[in-house]
Amino acid sequence: MTDVRPPVADWATDFDHQHPDYAANATDIWDGLRANCPIAHTNRYGGAWFPTRHEDIAAISKDVVHFSSQGVVVTEDRPEIPAPMGYAPPITSDPPFHSIARGIMLKFFSPKAIDAWEPTIRETCRRLIANIKAKIDAGETTIDIAADYSQHIPVSVMADMLSLPREDGDLFRGFIHNIMEQAGEEPPYEESMDFYLDTHVAKRRSNLGDDLISYLCQADIEGMPLLDEHVRGTIGLLIIAGIDTTWSAIGASLWHMAQSPKDRDRWNNDPGVQPFALEELLRFYAPVTMARLIAEDIELGGCPMKAGEWTLLPFPAANRDPEAFDQADEFVIDRERNRHSAFGLGIHRCVGSNLARLEVRIAMEEWMAAFPDFELADPDAVTWSTGQVRGPRQLPVLFSS
Amino acid sequence: MKIKYDRSACQGHNRCYMLAPELFDTDDEGYAILLVDGDIPAELEEKARLAADNCPEFAIEIEE
Repeated sequence: MTDVRPPVADWATDFDHQHPDYAANATDIWDGLRANCPIAHTNRYGGAWFPTRHEDIAAISKDVVHFSSQGVVVTEDRPEIPAPMGYAPPITSDPPFHSIARGIMLKFFSPKAIDAWEPTIRETCRRLIANIKAKIDAGETTIDIAADYSQHIPVSVMADMLSLPREDGDLFRGFIHNIMEQAGEEPPYEESMDFYLDTHVAKRRSNLGDDLISYLCQADIEGMPLLDEHVRGTIGLLIIAGIDTTWSAIGASLWHMAQSPKDRDRWNNDPGVQPFALEELLRFYAPVTMARLIAEDIELGGCPMKAGEWTLLPFPAANRDPEAFDQADEFVIDRERNRHSAFGLGIHRCVGSNLARLEVRIAMEEWMAAFPDFELADPDAVTWSTGQVRGPRQLPVLFSS
Repeated sequence: MKIKYDRSACQGHNRCYMLAPELFDTDDEGYAILLVDGDIPAELEEKARLAADNCPEFAIEIEE
C-alpha cells in the first residue's frame, strides 16, 4: 500500500509518515518542520497533526483529557473501541481504567523482574552470532544483519516470555506487518493475530505455567478475572509493540556503529562509556512515534486541533530538538545529560522499556565482542521502515575473512 | 545537597536507579524510591546530579 501513496507536496500541510519519502528523509523533515512550522498538519487519514518540538510533544503526552489513547496507530478509519480498555490494554486505555491495566503489567516488567531474563537474551544473541559466523566460515561475505540478527532477538525473547514456539516468529512478523504497515486492512479472522492468540490463550488456561500468558490468565481486577479480550489485547500489544520497536533500536544501533570507526573504538576500549552510549543510541535513533486521537477540541501552538483528528507523537523528533538538547543533531557517545523520550513521556511510558533496554544492551555487547570492527556492504542498500516504527529493515554488512 | 523527588511525576523510566542505585531503589511496579533522607554524602553528589539531569519527566530536583 505504501507504493501507491500520492506524493507529498508540502510536509507542513500534507505530511504522510507512511510515504517512502518520509522513511528516506525523516530526520531532515523533522528538522525542517521544527525550524519553520513547527506543528504540521495533513488532511490524509481524516486529519492528523505532527508536532516536532519537545515541548509540544511532552505537553500532548501529558494531556490525557484532550488526547485519547484509544487510537495509537494512525489509520484512515477510526478504531472500533471496546471501552474502557481499548483494543490493546493498557496502551489503548485512558484513565481511570489505564492505571488498573497498567499496574498488572508493571509488576511483570519492573527492572528487577526483567533482569532475570538476561541469561536467556544473551544465549539468544550468542546463538544468532554463531549462525552468522557459520555463514562466514562457509564463504558468505555479505550478510543482512537486520534479517539474521536484530529482528530475531525480540521475537525469540517474546516467544520465550509468552511460552510460545520460537518458530512462530514468522507468524508474529506477519501480524506486525499487517497491523503496522498495512494499517486498516483486516485479514480474515482465521489468519489474524486474534485467532492465533485466542487459540493459545484457551489452551493455556487449562495448562498454566509461569509465563506471561498464564500470569494474565490468573490476574484479576477487584477479584474478577480479566476478560478474554483484555488478555488477548495485552498479549497482542506485547507482540506488536515489543518486537518491531526493539528490532529497530538494535538495527539502528548496529547501523550507526558500522559507519563510525571512532565510536566503535570508544565502545570497545572504554567500557565505562557504554551506559551513556546506549542511551545516546536510544535518543538518536528512537524508533517509536506514537499517536493519539483528539478527544476534545484544543488549540496548541496556534493550531486548531479538532476532536476526531489524530495527532502523532514523534518522540524521535523531540529527541533532536535543539531547545531540549545541546548538539541535538550530533551523536555524542559520552553524552551524560540525556533526558531523551525514546520510551515516551507521561502515563503511557513504554511498559516494556526495561526489557527493551536489556535487549539492546546485550545485543550490542555480544555483537561488539564478536565483531569489534565491521562495516556496511553498501550504505545505499540499507532500507528503513515507513510508518510509526522507524528502523533499518535491510542491513547488509560486509564480512571479509 | 538534598534531592527532591516528585513521586507523582515519576513514570518509572528507571534512569535514576540505573545511574545512582545508591540513591534510588525501585518498587515492585518500577517506580523510584528515594533512599536518602536529608543531605547527600559528598561522594554521591555527582550521581545525584546525573540522576536529576537524566529524568525524562523532570521528577528529580537538586537543592544545593
